[in-house]
Parts: sequence; C-alpha cells; structure tokens
Amino acid sequence: MKQLSAPKRIARIKFGLISPLEYRNMSVTRIITADTYDEDGFPIDMGLMDPKLGVIDPGLRCKTCSGRAGECPGHFGHIELVAPCIHVGFAKQIRNILRGTCRSCSRLLLEPVAKKEHLEQIGVLRGRGQPIDSVVERVFAEAVKTDVCPYCGEHQIKVIYEKPTTYYEDENKLLPSDIRDWFEHIPDEDLTIFGMDPANARPEWMIMTVLPVPPVTVRPSITLQTGQRSEDDLTHKLVDIIRINQRFQENKEAGAPQLIIEDLWELLQYHVTTFMDNSVSGIPPARHRSGRPLKTLSQRLKGKEGRFRGSLSGKRVNFSGRTVISPDPNLSINEVGVPERVARELTFTIKAVPRNIEELKEYIRRGPVNHPGANYIVRTDGHKMKVTELNREELAETIEYGWFVDRHLKDGDIVLFNRQPSLHKMSIMAHEVKVMPGKTFRLNPAVCPPYNADFDGDEMNIHVQQTEEAKAEAKILMRVQENILSPRFGGPIIGGIHDHITGMFLLTREKQIDKNSALEILRKAGVRDLPEPDHIVEGTPYWTGKQIFSRILPGGLNLEYKAEICQECDTCMKENCPTDAYVIINSGELLCGTIDEKSIGAFKGLIISKIIKEYGATDGTKFIDNVTNLAIRGIMYHGFSFGIDDEDIPDEANKQIQEISKEAIHGKDGIEDLIDQYEHRELDLLPGRTLAETLELRIMQVLGKVRDMAGDRAGIHLGIDNSAVAMAVSGARGSMLNLAQMAACVGQQAVRGERIHRGYSDRTLPHFKKGDLSADAHGFVQASYKSGLTPTEYFFHAIGGREGLVDTAVRTSQSGYLQRRMVNALQDLEAQRDGTVRDTRGIVVQTLFGEDGIDPSHGFGRDQINRIVRDVVEVDK
Amino acid sequence: MSGSVTAEDIEKQVFALALPSKISDILREELLQVMPDAGQLDEILASVADAYADACIEPCDPVGVVAAQSIGEPGTQMTMRTFHYAGVAEINVTLGLPRLIEILDARKNPSTPVMTVYLQGVDGESRRLAQNVAWLIQKTTIVDVGEVSTDRTNLRILIDLDEGAMHERKLTMPDIVEKLEGKLKIQISESGYTLTLEPSEPNLGSLVMLSRNLRKVVLKGFEEITRVVIQKEGSEYVLYTEGTALKKVLDIEGMDPARTTSNHPGEMCEVFGIEAARISIINEIMSTLREQGLNVDSRHIMLAADMMTCDGEVKQIGRHGLSGEKASILARAAFEVTVNHLIDAGMRGDIDELSGVTENVIVGQPIRLGTGNIQLISRQVPSVSQS
Repeated sequence: MKQLSAPKRIARIKFGLISPLEYRNMSVTRIITADTYDEDGFPIDMGLMDPKLGVIDPGLRCKTCSGRAGECPGHFGHIELVAPCIHVGFAKQIRNILRGTCRSCSRLLLEPVAKKEHLEQIGVLRGRGQPIDSVVERVFAEAVKTDVCPYCGEHQIKVIYEKPTTYYEDENKLLPSDIRDWFEHIPDEDLTIFGMDPANARPEWMIMTVLPVPPVTVRPSITLQTGQRSEDDLTHKLVDIIRINQRFQENKEAGAPQLIIEDLWELLQYHVTTFMDNSVSGIPPARHRSGRPLKTLSQRLKGKEGRFRGSLSGKRVNFSGRTVISPDPNLSINEVGVPERVARELTFTIKAVPRNIEELKEYIRRGPVNHPGANYIVRTDGHKMKVTELNREELAETIEYGWFVDRHLKDGDIVLFNRQPSLHKMSIMAHEVKVMPGKTFRLNPAVCPPYNADFDGDEMNIHVQQTEEAKAEAKILMRVQENILSPRFGGPIIGGIHDHITGMFLLTREKQIDKNSALEILRKAGVRDLPEPDHIVEGTPYWTGKQIFSRILPGGLNLEYKAEICQECDTCMKENCPTDAYVIINSGELLCGTIDEKSIGAFKGLIISKIIKEYGATDGTKFIDNVTNLAIRGIMYHGFSFGIDDEDIPDEANKQIQEISKEAIHGKDGIEDLIDQYEHRELDLLPGRTLAETLELRIMQVLGKVRDMAGDRAGIHLGIDNSAVAMAVSGARGSMLNLAQMAACVGQQAVRGERIHRGYSDRTLPHFKKGDLSADAHGFVQASYKSGLTPTEYFFHAIGGREGLVDTAVRTSQSGYLQRRMVNALQDLEAQRDGTVRDTRGIVVQTLFGEDGIDPSHGFGRDQINRIVRDVVEVDK
Repeated sequence: MSGSVTAEDIEKQVFALALPSKISDILREELLQVMPDAGQLDEILASVADAYADACIEPCDPVGVVAAQSIGEPGTQMTMRTFHYAGVAEINVTLGLPRLIEILDARKNPSTPVMTVYLQGVDGESRRLAQNVAWLIQKTTIVDVGEVSTDRTNLRILIDLDEGAMHERKLTMPDIVEKLEGKLKIQISESGYTLTLEPSEPNLGSLVMLSRNLRKVVLKGFEEITRVVIQKEGSEYVLYTEGTALKKVLDIEGMDPARTTSNHPGEMCEVFGIEAARISIINEIMSTLREQGLNVDSRHIMLAADMMTCDGEVKQIGRHGLSGEKASILARAAFEVTVNHLIDAGMRGDIDELSGVTENVIVGQPIRLGTGNIQLISRQVPSVSQS
C-alpha cells in the first residue's frame, strides 16, 4: 500500500553570514578581468560574463550544470579583494564591537559575572521567542564604559566612527585589515553575548576579503535593437570593483607610496560599499553614465517595487483577465458576464477519463475559435500540443485517457472576480461565468457596493482557478451569496442601490395597478399568479404595489420597523403613519409602510438580512435578484426622470428665501449687527474663546441657519412627487442638502471648518474693503446652483472645492498605509478549535473570540433568542 | 402538557448551558417572561444551544485579517477634518482618520489629550464644588489673574492683579508672591494690588527673559491642564479638561476613580493598568468610528486592542510595535526596513520557522491559516483487485 505523497514543505530557513572560505568553495570561477565580451561577442573566461556563471541566452547550455536558460539557476563566482573592505550593512555592529572589546586581547570588556548574567537573560528571551535587542544594547552600553580591560589590563581608547565606513582610534585610522585581526581573536562565548551566533556568523566575516560575484541570471544584459549590449547596473559596479582591485594590486606590487595605496583602498571601499547599498548617507551615490543613480543590491530588495514586496509577496499570474465593467440587471448577483473573447482565451485543464472523454473530444473538435472549445492538449509524457483550426479534428481522435485538455471557460464555471483596491475580503468574490457577446465584464449592479465599483470606466480582474479543490473552496467560501452579510457590521453589503430603491419606493406607494401591468412587473421574478385583487373599480380588478411586492417575500416572514422616510415624529402613529413610513410585514405580506433603503438597500437592508438569517443565503440571493428586477420594472411602470425644471420653485418661494438671507444679514442679531457689536466689544464671549473667535462662530451659526431655512423653504415647495425629493427621502441618491443647494442657496464655503480668510492682506479679494467681515467677503454663497453664482461666489466655491480634492488625495494614501499596517500586524491571528484566538506561534491573544465567540456576520442576540422562545411556546398554543 | 417550571429551574438549566454571560442573561429574561413548561423549556434550551453553536466563529477562521480589514476599510470613507467639538462644545478633539491613526500608533503624546473627571458622591451634584475642583486642577498663570506690563525705561515689570479673579481662583497675595519669588529667584515688592518685579541684572535682555519666564510660572493647578470645562450631565457636574494629568488629579480627594478617564490609552495603562488601556483603546476607536457614522462590530476592535495590549504594554500597530517584533524575519523584511532585518538576522544566525502568512507566501507554499491549516493526509484506498 502506497501513501499518497504529501506535498513537501520548507520547514525553516536559517540565516547566517558567509565565510571567505565558503565564498571560495561555492564559487565556480575566480573573476579577474573587468572585460565582459571579446571582439567576436563571446564571453571572456574569468570575466564577468564567464559562461560558467550560468546562461541567459536561449539555446546555449551552462558550462557548470549544462542546464538550458531557465533551467540553470546560475552560479556564483568570486573576486579576491587585494585588501579587505568593510561591508556597509554591518558598519554599526562593527563600531559596537570595536567599542565593546579590548583593543589588545579582543575580549568583551565586562566582568565574568556580568557576562554570565547577560548570557542567562539572552537564553531566557531566546527560549520565549522574544527579541533580544534590549539586552544586547545594554551589553554594549556597559562595555563601552569600561576603561581598563579586566583581562589584560590594557587601557582602552575610544573608537570614533565616521559614516559610513571609517573608524579612528583618537587620530589614527583603523584599517579594515587591522579590524579584521582584532575581530579574529574575539572568543566565541563573548560573541553570544553580542547576540551573534559564532557558528554562523564570525565578526571578521563582516569585513570582506572575498567578494561574491552574483550569477549572470541575477544581472542579465539586454541586447538593444541596434545590436549593442546594455549591461545591468550590478555588472557595471562589478567592473568598477575589478578595475580598482587590479590597479591596487599593480601599485602594491610596484611598491607605491603609502598615500597612493590608501587612496586606492578608500576607492575600493567606496565601490564595494555602493555595490551593497547605493543610498548610504555620507557618500555620493554611484551613477550611471547618464547621471541616473545605479540600482545595486539593497535597492533591489527595498521598497514597494523591491524584491520582497514586489516580487515575493505579490506575483503576476496566468489565467487572468481584465477589462471594463458594465451593468446587467438581468444577471443574478452570483453571476458575471464574460465576453466570449475572454472565455476563449482563459482555460481550465481537465484530465481525460472514461466519464468525460467524449465531452472533451467535442471541445477539441470545436477547436480554439468556436466558443466552448479547447486551446491545448497535453500528453501523458508532458508534451504540449496547440489545438489549431487545421489539426483539431485529427487531435480529437488521438486523445487518450490520462491526457489533459485545456478547455475554454463556459457557463457555470466558478471564477474569482476582483476590483482594486482590495480593501476587504468582499473585494474578491467567486462568480459563476455567463459567456456573453460584447467586450466588457457584466455584473449585477447590486454587487457594486462590496467592490465599490461603478460603471464610469472601472476595470475589474478575473481569475480562473486551475484545480477542482480550489474551485470547490471558492464556491463554498467565496461565492457572492456567502458574502452578502459583511463581517464588518453584520449587515448586508449587497443590496439595492439607486434605482432599485427609488423603484421599490414608487412601487410600494402605488395604489392602483391593473392585471396586465401587475403580471408584467412580476414576470421577471417568476411569479405568474396574483392574489385576490385589492379593489375593483367598474368591474376591473386592481392591485396595490404592496401586494405585488409581497409576492416575492418568503411565506412566514414577520418584521416591523420604521422605514428610511420616517420623519421621527414625537409620538409614532405606527400603522397610521401619515407618510406611510411604518413597515409591518406579517407572514410574508407587506401590510403597511413603504419599502426603501432601510428595507432593501445595501448596508441597511433589514429584509435582506432577516431573510438570510432565517432562510439561508440561497433564498437571500433569490430575494435580492427578485427585488432588483421588481424595482426596475416598478420604476419603468411609474416612469422616472429628473431635469433642470425639477428644481423650479415658485417666485414667491424665491422671494421668501431672499427675505431669509436679508434678515440674516441686516436683521436683528444678523451679521451686520454682530459685526457692530464686535467692533464695540459688546459681544458676549463664548466660554474659552476670544472676541474674534466668538464673532466667527456666531456668524457661521447664522449663515448655517440661512442655508437650512432656505432649504426648508424649497423643500416645502418640492413635494414627494418631485423626483429629486423621492430619491433623497428614500435614500436612493442625494440628500435634501444637495437639493437645497441646487434650488435655494449653496451656503457658506469653508476651509478647515472656518470661513475663508486667506488671500490678500486683510481681505480675501481686491473687490472688498480691507477688514471687511461681511458674509459676502468671506465665502458665503447666497445663490443656488440653478440661479448661478456671482464671480466672487464662484471663486470661493472653487476654494472650498479644492480643499475637498486635496482631502481625498491625502486620505487615500494615509488610510492605505493604515490598512497595510493593520493587516500586517493582525494577519497571523486565527480562531482555533477550542474557541481561542492565537497567532501562528501559538500565543493566545483572546481566550474566546470577541468575548462571546460569535461570528460578527452571524449575529446572535435578543432577536434570535426571542424568536426561538416564541416559536416553541406559540406552536404549542 | 408536562409539569410546570419554577424560576429556579430556569436559572439552573440556563446556567448548565455554559453560554457567554450576555447571552444567558437575555435567555433567562426571555424565559422568565413566558414561563414555559418543562417540555418547552427543554426544547427551547436545545435550540438555543444549537443556534449559538451555529452562530459561533468557525475554527481556522482568519479573524485577524477580517478584523484588520474591517477597521481599515472604513478608513477610506473617513474625513480628514481634524478638529471638531465632540460631546462638549468648547473642547477641541482630534477626530476622523488622524485620530484613528493616533490611537493605533499608540502615540506617546496624542495631539488632543482630554480627561473626563467625575466627582464622588454628592459632591458631583454641586456646581460650586465642581468649580472648586476645576480651579484646583486648571493651570493658572499670572496672566489669568492680572495684567502684566513691561516698563522698559525703568527696567521693571508691573503686574496689576485683578482682585476678583484672584478671589475666584482662591489665590491670595502672599501665595502669588511666594510662588513667583520661588520660581523666578528675585525680590518682589508689592503695593496694594500691584507687584513690581525687577530683573536680577539691570539690562534689557534679562528683563525680556524675566517677562517670558514670568508667564510660565504655574501659580496653581497642573502644568498639563490648560483648560477645564464644567458640564452638567443628568444631576451631576462633570469636568472636561484639555490636557491630561490623570495620576495627579486622582490624588485629589473627592475624585471618582471608577469613572474618571483619559482619552490617552498610554496614560490609562500607566495609572490603571493594561486592562484599562485595552478598554480605553476599544472605547476610543469605537467613538471615533461612531462619530463618523461608521458601523464596525466591536469584536474586530477588541481583537485589535487585545493584540496591542497582550504583552502587558501598549504596543503600536506598525514598525515600532507589533510588526517590528514578529518572530519571522521574512515577514519583517517584507513589511518595512527590509535590508536591516536581513542583515541583523544573518548576524544573529536567526531561524525563520515559516509559521506565519507572509513567510509562506514568500517561499511559495500554502499558508497555515483557514483551509491551509488542515493537517490531514489521506491514505490511498487499496484498489479492488480487478481480476
């Protein structure tokens, strides 16, 4: 009996320093010439492009491992440095060790007792898996203070460190070779107290005598169209190092004066330093001929596009696509419309078995052009064959069990759909494919909120998973219907938006709908029968909108709440609400109330969340699909438009609004009055404010009231029949404030919560008198958008608008970083089988998740308990 | 109908279910209201237990990521407007995204520290006593009780003290003189309500220095507390302070230590301990989000707060806190300051156990979270012999 092979895991990664000996052992060749290619374009042996270092040109084979380009990982070479050089990364540690050890016997400058104590502490911390930095810091801090070595009695001289790689003892420069000698004598047990691991990291290895040369695969050269070769930045840097190394060697052998040797040594050190890190402070960065700073080793690892964040934590993938999105309300929320072109390109690999071979043959026969076809087949020996228009018939016959077929994406396949920025888990959800004509991805507008998508040119990505396990997992965990309830607040994040809400609002307020219309509205929801008509006029039966809506509610649903349009009266009239804002649903029948955002909207949708919690996600999905379809037909039945004349208010109302602002400016306690009081210092101070602040606050108050009152005036004249009002009160889009600004008065423009003060000295614009404190001079816009703004008003409005734009730009970057930090700090936490929350090391962070163990997207409280209790007690009665 | 049930039975049986206290309280309440019979009670308890188990978080759920996203995602919808007036009209408080960042950063010096001081017992109901406490803790300098004028020709500073203000703040002449003399180390001559100060050296430079230092001398109250606002809440008076000095305030007699708080979690940790800091973080984040009209489940915030405080000190979410102290080198390198972490790891000979998420993504193997945490290997079923 053979065990299925479990995939191998990398258990751990050990870090360490590499010794010169190891560098030489792992090197395949010593590099001595700075030249790369000879005149014929062949790489020079023992040059930087030595064929032993690996291959990058297709067709050639590696001289070390005889692998082809792509197979051969590349091999290191090495340069023997004529004189040792300091590795910049360790410069600080070198300084610490120089200061902490004896200049003569190289031992740690601490009494044996102190050493033991620190060693124990380090042991304890290591055992707990905690960082030891604090102890090591203390060790160095204590050791530096020692003046005389407790072991050999040598008097210590303070080591001065000059960035980036120079050390002095008083005035004498410490040469890297001296430091190396010094470090070689540090005993192993002292290293442990520095936090170093003597087996893997001897301090003398921090000073390089051998420089490893990275394989050519790490620094591939590019051939330009002109046939010229362009070398990688690292190669350039290595050329510099070799040149200086050679010159150093020659000068040394020729017995050049010490001054020249030292200069060359420093130059070599500079090149080695910039090879490691080209952004070290204290030295100028090495530059390319064009003046661009070179990208050397550190720069390759660092930052967003660096190796770690750019290439290792995030990777480019195959089997994915991206295009513009557009809405299609006829799709279910679980579906996504995929253009045929995309479906032909994206494939899923299927293994041929007796059960499916006929089906697969049909795909191959259809070939790569006819839609549900196939693009490639793979034989059992791994040979891959492209299916073309010419060979498709032939290949279909050759297929055998065990071969693999890459078939096109087709209806019903599960794919992942994503829109960036992926801020929460609902930004990637699994959808069912629906292949469609056209060139855009189509999705139901009800799933826009979780993706935060709109259709003004947004693009989204699609990913096709390649194994059955992955597809099953996606279907169970990531499907749209499993994500309707957001774990953020436990409510539905998918639900009606915009016209869905307006539509339901209008429909459920409709009193008289004839049979034809009623059936037409319900047609798409799959309802074919109507209940008893509500009333009969002259022999024709009529139904109400509420009856129609009730048809799509599940049978036993009971709910009672106040709708979004609720005016919040002092005493609620409940079912006799004058605005029909009190919703009662009894046994799946809407008895009274208007259906609006509070009932079916995304983020609020009480009915949606109730259905999902009581009837499950599938019924919830069906309800959302039905309600959106019903709403769209409802809004079509009613007819809905919005135009400039919807903001018309009667002349008389306009006059009233004029009157209000005049009163606020000239009237009692109006702005002029306040300014007058201010100038006579008679203004009553607000607690903790100066006179000027008090004035500003009071003026802001008065002006705020002007806009509100003007808005109220306008609101009175624009009834619920007005389209904009209908949208605002039902929660579909916009607010009464927007409407007031369009119809009545735009109001005060603010910058940082204050009136506008900046501009010229003592005034905002040269149009005003100096020191003018009036409303007009500081950004009050009395006009409405419809009536049009005066030039100064327009200018102030632009100032206010600019602040909004800046705000958005700053916010996105700040909150993006916050998000990254949050996820990074919390990502390892996991709910365990015992109910605790632990990180992957096993440290308990919570003994019971959220103090009650309840899943936030589930919710469990009085509602649920009450229902259970009532159910049991009432059934018995 | 089976036998009836007493309140005691309900109590006992609900207790036996071992539900979280909040839920068993609700259940008990509901049951006592309807008083079911024995059969019904069993049925109810059974289905409540089932429903609870159903509502519980599933094992292997990556609660951390969900919590982080649930707090981070609303951040994009928050406004930047920094200052506004929360609760008390006159006190400036940082709000919105900057405040959220400040809390999660565990800043040592938040930009607008505020204390809410409650008084114990009946004291809280007297406006006069509350006002007394306010004068006692609010920083009072010479500018608050008098007018300072510099006489440059005679090289001296004249202070006209305001008798009313002094009386209000319960400061007496000798108090002021003593404080000023002690702090400024000069002689002060007084005549009536006028103080005359002369610099130790008669030159303009030291006069200016003196006048500057004079304004810094705290005559009464605590240096940190720049303003106190008294607010009536229900029947009692509550003090809101700009600036915090929790420990010093609690040392004053008559303060209610059970309710007096600071909005600075670090300070709460110092004074009341880590659990108080945790609650403080949760409350501060919740109120910041609520003020913006954003709805986030408290469980997510609890998790973030627990993570920040689980080591016994308030740790930042970020490079200098949680992320910087992760066990994995690769995870740290992938977050920030990549090169330094790698170099230090090499020097120490550290080992990355590849247990977290980022590390495994980097090396390209399944993460040990969620469906990746199932350690089950199937044995191949022996195939039924075909012949």
